[in-house]
Formats: sequence, C-alpha cells, structure tokens
Amino acid sequence: MSETTAHAQTQTVDAQAHAGQQHPIRLYLLVWGLLFVLSALSYMVDYLGIQGYPRWTLILVFMMLKAGLIVAVFMHMAWERLALVYAILLPPLLVLVFVALMVSEADYTIFTRLAFFGATP
Amino acid sequence: MAQTVQPHGEPGLRQSGLRGVAADFSSDQRAFKTASWGKAMMWIFLLSDTFVFGCFLIAYMTARMSTPVAWPNPSEVFGLHIGGQNVPLILIAIMTFVLISSSGTMAMAVNFGYRRDRGKTAGLMILTALLGATFVGMQAFEWTKLITEGVRPWENPWGAAQFGSTFFMITGFHGTHVTIGVIFLLIVARKVWRGDFDVERRGFFTSRKGRYEAVEIMGLYWHFVDLVWVFIFAFFYLW
Repeated sequence: MSETTAHAQTQTVDAQAHAGQQHPIRLYLLVWGLLFVLSALSYMVDYLGIQGYPRWTLILVFMMLKAGLIVAVFMHMAWERLALVYAILLPPLLVLVFVALMVSEADYTIFTRLAFFGATP
Repeated sequence: MAQTVQPHGEPGLRQSGLRGVAADFSSDQRAFKTASWGKAMMWIFLLSDTFVFGCFLIAYMTARMSTPVAWPNPSEVFGLHIGGQNVPLILIAIMTFVLISSSGTMAMAVNFGYRRDRGKTAGLMILTALLGATFVGMQAFEWTKLITEGVRPWENPWGAAQFGSTFFMITGFHGTHVTIGVIFLLIVARKVWRGDFDVERRGFFTSRKGRYEAVEIMGLYWHFVDLVWVFIFAFFYLW
C-alpha cells in the first residue's frame, strides 16, 4: 500500500522535475540562430581586419554573449536555483585573479628577456 | 525511497533570491534542491574541467605575452586557398558552425527526451554525434596540414616556437573532449533507442536504473565542449 503511494509520488515528482526543463523548441531554435549570427559576426571581425581596441572589444563581447546563451538556455542554468548558479558561476570568476598574476609574471619575463638577451633571444 | 524523492518536490514553497541561496546552503541537507545528484555531479565535473581549460588558456596567454619573437598571425596560418584565393580562418569558421549546430540538435534531443519521444531523441543524438565526428575530422585535417607545413611543439615556420606547443595542447585536449563526447552520445542514444529509460533497465556500468534525465546530463557535457570552443575560438584563433 505505502509502496504504491511512494511509487505514485515518485512519478508525479518526476513529472514535475521534467516539466521544469520543458521549454518550447522555438526557444532553442532562436538561440541556435543567435549563436550562428554571433559566430558570423566574430568571423567578420577577422575577415574585415578590424584591429586594436575595437577588435578586442568586439571579440570579447561576442564571446561573452555566446557563452552566456549556451550556459543560460542550452544548459538550463537560467532555470536552476540560485544556490547552484552561484556555486558553478562564481568560482571561474576567481580565475581572473590567476590571469592578473600571470599577466604581471609575463610582463616581468619579457622585460628580463629583452634586458639580458636583446630583442632576439 | 522518500528521501530520494524529496529534493524534487514543491519548488514553489522554497524561497527565491539570495534568501533562497542562504536557505538552500544552510538547510543541513543537500544544497542543490532542484538538481538531482547526477546533474549536480556533472556540473561539478564541468567546473573542474573549466579550471583545467582555464589553466591551459592562461599558460598560452603567458607564453604569448612573454616571447620577444613575433607570434604567428592565426588569421593567415589557419586560412585556406580556395579557388586561387586566400580565405582567412575559413576552416575554423566552418568548424565553429558545425559545433554550434551540434549544440542545437543536442538541446532539442533533451527536449524530446523529456517528452519521451524515443525516436526523435535518439535520432537527434545520433545527428549530434555525427556533427561532433565531423568536427574531429576537420580538426584532424587541420593538424595534418599544419604538421606537413612544419609546425611542431618546439618550432614553426612563422615565428614564436611556443605557438606549436600551445596549439597542440589546447586543440588536442578539446578534440579529446569532443571524441569522448561522441562515444558518450552514442552510448546514451542506444539506451534511449532501446527504451532503457522507459523500462528502467539497469546500466551495464553502475547497475543503476536510468532516467531520461541522463539525456540532459549528457547534454550538459556536450554544451560544455561547445562552450570551451567559444573561448578557444576567441582567444586562440581571433586574437
């Protein structure tokens, strides 16, 4: 008796959990299209030979938009509870500290290389 | 039984926002209320993989910033002669579109999985696997071309020697992920096609009953591979 109740419960609960990630196909097609457009735009940055700060800005903006769309919609992060969202998205941000450390390290390395070996090592 | 069921129940009763975060983490239970163990563990694996790829890209940044020798121009290195014309970066652009398309078909497979449409789910997953295999094939072509042109982990004809080592390390590790993903896709597609998730057949490796959520967990891995490519495309090929 209790087993059948538990079983019935599992099924409703399963149905609920599944309903949680039920989104219209149209949404996925829209994101797919947007990813195509954004990739084409990134490619155009290179094709048109844009250089300097505009190039960096455009590449990074398109990259972040693409990454955001994939994580939020395709990986369903937009519909997860905040506890999971923060646990997964905040730690990679700390990698930026590592990036800053290595930028400083790389600057020092090239400085010593140029100072001691000249322009050609 | 009741305990395994509980985490999915009544999401409406829980607090949302930052209070919800505090409540979830301090509830003296599992923290990720609406995500099953399988899904949470895949996310945590992907987080660890993010750090690995992060370290590779940082190593590449450090090498590129600290060499006094000019870095090869990726736009030219990865260009192809098509019809007597030089088209910059064209192979990489096609690879990007192939991988994005595979992400699209995967997302739709997850959707049809939850609708318990076995045919469409398995079909879309096999299509995803085919696109993934196409990507790896094009990468093999790219590697072959560069190796015949003389690129090695310790040298290349166009400048900074570190170009070769970072190129083979980063794209090689990503290609390995795609290859593992293709195998993983085929295994899950077979399970879907056979109806393993409908009859709760036990898996050959864990001997646990599978659910259609396995398709979503597989999808997380696949989308992550695409996600990493977004960063490699921006930092390695466009920069």
